[in-house]
Amino acid sequence: MTQRPLTLQILDYVSILVLAISTYLALVFAPTEAVMGNVQRVFYFHIGTAWVGLLGFVIAAIAGIAYLVSKNMAWDRFGVAAVEVSTVFFFITIALGSIWARPAWNTWWTWDPRLTTAAVTELIYIAYFMLRAGIEDPEKRARFGAVYSLLGGLSAPITFMVIRLFRTIHPVVIGSQSAEAQGGFSMTADMKVAFFFALFAFTVIFVDMLWHRIRLGSLQEKVEELKLNASM
Amino acid sequence: MQDNPQPSTLKATLAIFLKDISSEFRSFELISAMLVFSLLVIIIFNFALELEPLVRKAANAGILWTTFAFAGTLGLNRSMSVEKDRGCMDGLLLAPVDRAAIYFGKTLSNLAFMLIVEAVTLPIYSVLYNENLLRLDLLVVILLGSIGYAAVGTMLAAMSVQTRMREILLPILLFPIAIPVLLSAVKASGGLLTGADFSEVATPFNLLLVYDVIFIAAAFMLFDSVVEE
Repeated sequence: MTQRPLTLQILDYVSILVLAISTYLALVFAPTEAVMGNVQRVFYFHIGTAWVGLLGFVIAAIAGIAYLVSKNMAWDRFGVAAVEVSTVFFFITIALGSIWARPAWNTWWTWDPRLTTAAVTELIYIAYFMLRAGIEDPEKRARFGAVYSLLGGLSAPITFMVIRLFRTIHPVVIGSQSAEAQGGFSMTADMKVAFFFALFAFTVIFVDMLWHRIRLGSLQEKVEELKLNASM
Repeated sequence: MQDNPQPSTLKATLAIFLKDISSEFRSFELISAMLVFSLLVIIIFNFALELEPLVRKAANAGILWTTFAFAGTLGLNRSMSVEKDRGCMDGLLLAPVDRAAIYFGKTLSNLAFMLIVEAVTLPIYSVLYNENLLRLDLLVVILLGSIGYAAVGTMLAAMSVQTRMREILLPILLFPIAIPVLLSAVKASGGLLTGADFSEVATPFNLLLVYDVIFIAAAFMLFDSVVEE
């Protein structure tokens, strides 16, 4: 068994550290929001996980193109790792948003464009895993996975645009706010520190997990090769 | 020896389309199944939603598109598994034609089946609920929606028949990807049915067009990687 590379080991510790700092910044350092109170603190991790969630889906689509062009299995491992890590982060985003929405919007869930798109996107990537699970040939699995992650990456933005035709109540904290949004606020300087650090922290954690998952993928492949050799 | 030129993509597309149509018109298996199924869905909706005239006004578009989507899945599955089961797909792949011709041929025949079913369902729905659905603007929306649905559906059906779960997997793969086309189709036809002007539904109508163009282009480029052995 090969050891974890040193950079990855260091990254593991850095991830734990930045997560701890980010938790401190979000829960203690950032001032309490005047209207919503403490529940607003969910916001920092909500945006952090949403950012890496979307980042992973974009990476998966790019890895899909790269695989279809180069037919290099490394791209497939990269793509599947990105989708897997992002699906988990995106689920956390939805759960955290729901926790915030209960006091702020007085409901756990509403069929708002962002929420709906998030749910649909999550379902696309669950379908992606079901598709992969149904194919034995690794080469075909990689091909179909690449095609599906590309189609998913194309479909999600259009879903968002279409649902936007309906009204939205999701607040936009950065950029222009729609008139009907509820629960918006503007950030103070300390809030911005916590916010940007959360983005940074989750990016580090995402890279760390992605790396682990890719490594796991190549180890899996090695085991399969060894098994095949042993049975022959 | 004389060179045997490769038939043009257009000719090959037409040949595959005609093959599907003529084999279907011998048995009417697929179309009759889709048709009976869509009537059953409409009847179930009638009881499930207790379609009072007032409720119906708002629900018409949603019911129609749910029906078309479900019936469409039935057709897409069948048209691809027929190719796979009897080894016809291998024959098609061996033919010296552009792979895009296979995709477009299959998409055209799937679209034709959907349109035939819709052409029968719409008048029946109109009679059952005393609502005239045979309007030109609505038909254009239905045509565009069906094109998008068939374009993505054919592509994903070609993938799902090659997996272990086969027919079960298609709706799971197709529905989340097809949500934009279904939503904008519902939005556009719902607007038209509740008496909106065509300019008021221009946005969902344009999104329908955008979806069709993007996904036909994407499927055209990706189909090769789905069928290669």
